[in-house]
Amino acid sequence: MRAPDAVAAGDTLLAVDNVSLRFGGVKAISDVSFDIRKGEIRAIIGPNGAGKTSMLNCINGFYHPQEGRITFKGETRRRMRPYVAASQGIARTFQNVALFKGMSTLDNIMAGRTLKMNRGFFWQLLRYGPAMAEEIAHRKVVEEIIDFLQIEHIRKVPVGKLPYGLQKRVELARALAMEPELLLLDEPMAGMNLEEKEDMCRFILDVNQQYGTTIALIEHDMGVVMDLSDRVVVLEYGRKIADGTPDEVKRDPRVIDAYLGVAH
Amino acid sequence: MSPVRGAVADTFPKLLMHHARARGDRPAMRHKDLGIWQSWTWAEVADAVRAYAVGLSRLGLKRGESIAIVGANRPRLYWTVMAAQMLGAVPVPVYADAVADELAYVLAHAEVRFASVQDQEQVDKLLSIAERLPKLEHMVYDEPRGLRDYDHTRLHSIDDVVAEGRDALRTASVDSWLDGEIAAGSGEDISIILYTSGTTGRSKGVMLTARGCIEAAADTVAFDRLTDRDEVLAYLPLAWVGDHYLNYAQGLVAGFCMACPESTDTAQADLREIGPTFYFAPPRVFESLLTRVMIRMEDASAPKRRMFHYFVDVARRYGEKILNRESVPLSGRLLYGLGELLVYGPLKNVLGFSKIRVAYTAGEAIGPELFSFYRSLGLNLKQLYGQTEAFLYVTAQPDGQIRADTVGPATPNVEIRIAESGEVLFRSPGQFKGYFKEPEKTAETMTEDGFVKTGDAGFFEPKSGHLKIIDRAKDVGRLRSGALFPPKYVENKLKFYPNIKEVVAFGDGRDFVTCFINIDMTAVGNWAERNNVVYASYQELAAIPAVYDMIAAHVDEVNRSLAAEPGMAGAQVKRFLILPKELDADDGELTRTQKVRRGFISERYQPLIDGLYDGSPEATIAVEVTFEDGRKGNISGTVAIRDAAIHPDVAEAAA
Repeated sequence: MRAPDAVAAGDTLLAVDNVSLRFGGVKAISDVSFDIRKGEIRAIIGPNGAGKTSMLNCINGFYHPQEGRITFKGETRRRMRPYVAASQGIARTFQNVALFKGMSTLDNIMAGRTLKMNRGFFWQLLRYGPAMAEEIAHRKVVEEIIDFLQIEHIRKVPVGKLPYGLQKRVELARALAMEPELLLLDEPMAGMNLEEKEDMCRFILDVNQQYGTTIALIEHDMGVVMDLSDRVVVLEYGRKIADGTPDEVKRDPRVIDAYLGVAH
Repeated sequence: MSPVRGAVADTFPKLLMHHARARGDRPAMRHKDLGIWQSWTWAEVADAVRAYAVGLSRLGLKRGESIAIVGANRPRLYWTVMAAQMLGAVPVPVYADAVADELAYVLAHAEVRFASVQDQEQVDKLLSIAERLPKLEHMVYDEPRGLRDYDHTRLHSIDDVVAEGRDALRTASVDSWLDGEIAAGSGEDISIILYTSGTTGRSKGVMLTARGCIEAAADTVAFDRLTDRDEVLAYLPLAWVGDHYLNYAQGLVAGFCMACPESTDTAQADLREIGPTFYFAPPRVFESLLTRVMIRMEDASAPKRRMFHYFVDVARRYGEKILNRESVPLSGRLLYGLGELLVYGPLKNVLGFSKIRVAYTAGEAIGPELFSFYRSLGLNLKQLYGQTEAFLYVTAQPDGQIRADTVGPATPNVEIRIAESGEVLFRSPGQFKGYFKEPEKTAETMTEDGFVKTGDAGFFEPKSGHLKIIDRAKDVGRLRSGALFPPKYVENKLKFYPNIKEVVAFGDGRDFVTCFINIDMTAVGNWAERNNVVYASYQELAAIPAVYDMIAAHVDEVNRSLAAEPGMAGAQVKRFLILPKELDADDGELTRTQKVRRGFISERYQPLIDGLYDGSPEATIAVEVTFEDGRKGNISGTVAIRDAAIHPDVAEAAA
């Protein structure tokens, strides 16, 4: 399922250099640099309003930073549209679930394959010959993802009727359907109960190990972040205040001050 | 081979080889994988199982040793049972949702050297208890996901084991060696060890012989006229006697096809796709299905709702009579026919019941209304009574003699006797050989002349000759006034209301009857949604006064009906409360087969019972709950207690 390896494991897959993002007078991100290595799980943490989601939005081309460069697979770009980012292998999920509520789980995940469809609209409309063959091939990939994330039982249920934890899982499934090289997860565990969180952790690890997908995630649950991630970057008021392994970050006095707090 | 009554062979592997020859291209197994039903014919299954058996023996599995099977209903796990039996090894299926501690006890007790498991979850579970299982050497798994980086010196994929066996089988000597192994198996061998669900303490390993299993299954296959054209959906827990009997044993005797659901959660949808002809479900499944149907009808448009209720009423009047072949007026038949076209047919189709010829329910008492609802739709639902020690069947209702309140006469070749204490005793062909490594417990359970004590109190109804089970023999109690108190009877009456999921009644040796109630989240949650009642959790929903009012109305109706029955007026519920948490098997409050563990519950919720009997309007409780991963948390809160009206004894007043 992995895209052809342009970048070897451990090398830099994505580099963010001196990126700044302003909305009018508000500085959302100022002069942030970090990198994401191929095959790792990279966490971005920080207090509310630190610019984490803005950072993800820059990476997948939804926002365009005024300064700085983002290099993906060795290719530097200044202005990028989200669908181009998607076709290059960057997929994401959203903080507030953004699925097609009236469509079934299966259709939602199939939607994740849109960019991989070769036949045009009219072929699809015919559902015959090559279009059918293509549909079957895509369906197979989707079924494997459904099996992988254990959502067989909701295959045909409209996602609007599903509980929140399952919707998050469907969103992950849709992102996986793109067979991404870099998967951006925006608070994949927000609002979940303990059991759902544990399931989600296991799925994220499995995706990373089985498919070799590089993952960048934003998450507030410190236990989850420290257990899952290989490296952590910490933002505060749009600035990077720390970067390193979970252990290093945990001990960093500035991080404790800004985010983790002190045990009283 | 010594002759076996009703079947062509005395062991399951011999039966498998027989079917491979007799109906090699008929489907034997199905499994939904990646959204598509995959099928195996008898010849293919026999082929795979032979290869698997050789593979397992290369790993070191030998005659007489045991192999644990942990997982959901999947073809490869059933193959493990067959392959082990081919080698003369003893399969020991274990409940897949058992927590690590329960699992460790059973596996250590069964002295397993091998384990065949479904996936990473079960591999992890076994690895976590490895130090308690010194004899465990090799594990084989079905689902490779997530296991790639595990140490594979003692861990093997089932497909690899099968492939290795297939290679070896190319050598003629191996092939004939395997034939020799199959022929060496005898009907007197232990065919399987099934662990009891532990309603009464620690699980016990029930040893069953091949001949007993096959003769018992052959009796019921003849009783219900099952053939190789039948089809079942194997969704019951693999470790439960019901699955091993109804699906595995009957399937291998009759040669019918067994379909495995895609996953535990999809069983309902898979049922609809497969359309089985033989079906078993415990009463609570029928109950929750009916609840869901009723809820969806509430949400349907007015004309549909009216049509549904009209024809359900028609079915209530004529349906059961038509099923029992009694005389029905022509107008009734015509109306029923129209109902079949408009309501019953489509409804049965949605539920996956369209093709069912024979359906059974057992395990708990089933509500008379619930029972007749399904029968009136034309579903041939019957009751049976049995237990693991009997290899399931002790009694079953023959077609045409169906009653909601009995479990039927003894099945063919089964003898039943009622002890002086009221306890039911039986002697049957499938009867167990003993509890594994517990001869003293075996002796306790058997009478001197070879009957097995069931532990259930019951009596034969003089008119019909049907057996009637009242309660566990040791559970029937008396109030201080001397009035009879059968807790299950009271509980079941309450549980027949869709809003009530579980009830635990108290009263033995007390002045009056009280009970704990668990509301049904589906039904009450739907009610809350329709009435704009906001809640975040079970605990909150259970404490809402309007919910209490609703339950109080049900309790009042039950009291009224108890007052109308002779001798039951004393068992009316005087005070009740709604528990702040759902009773759960993980907390030890229910058994794995979802039966209430009364003693444990009354200890755990002692402060609440005190509140029920000291007249206070509320009581405070704090209990520990266990999450699925074994971590623990606390639930605490104050629970309101309600009084219910006691109705005068109508039966006595009339007398």
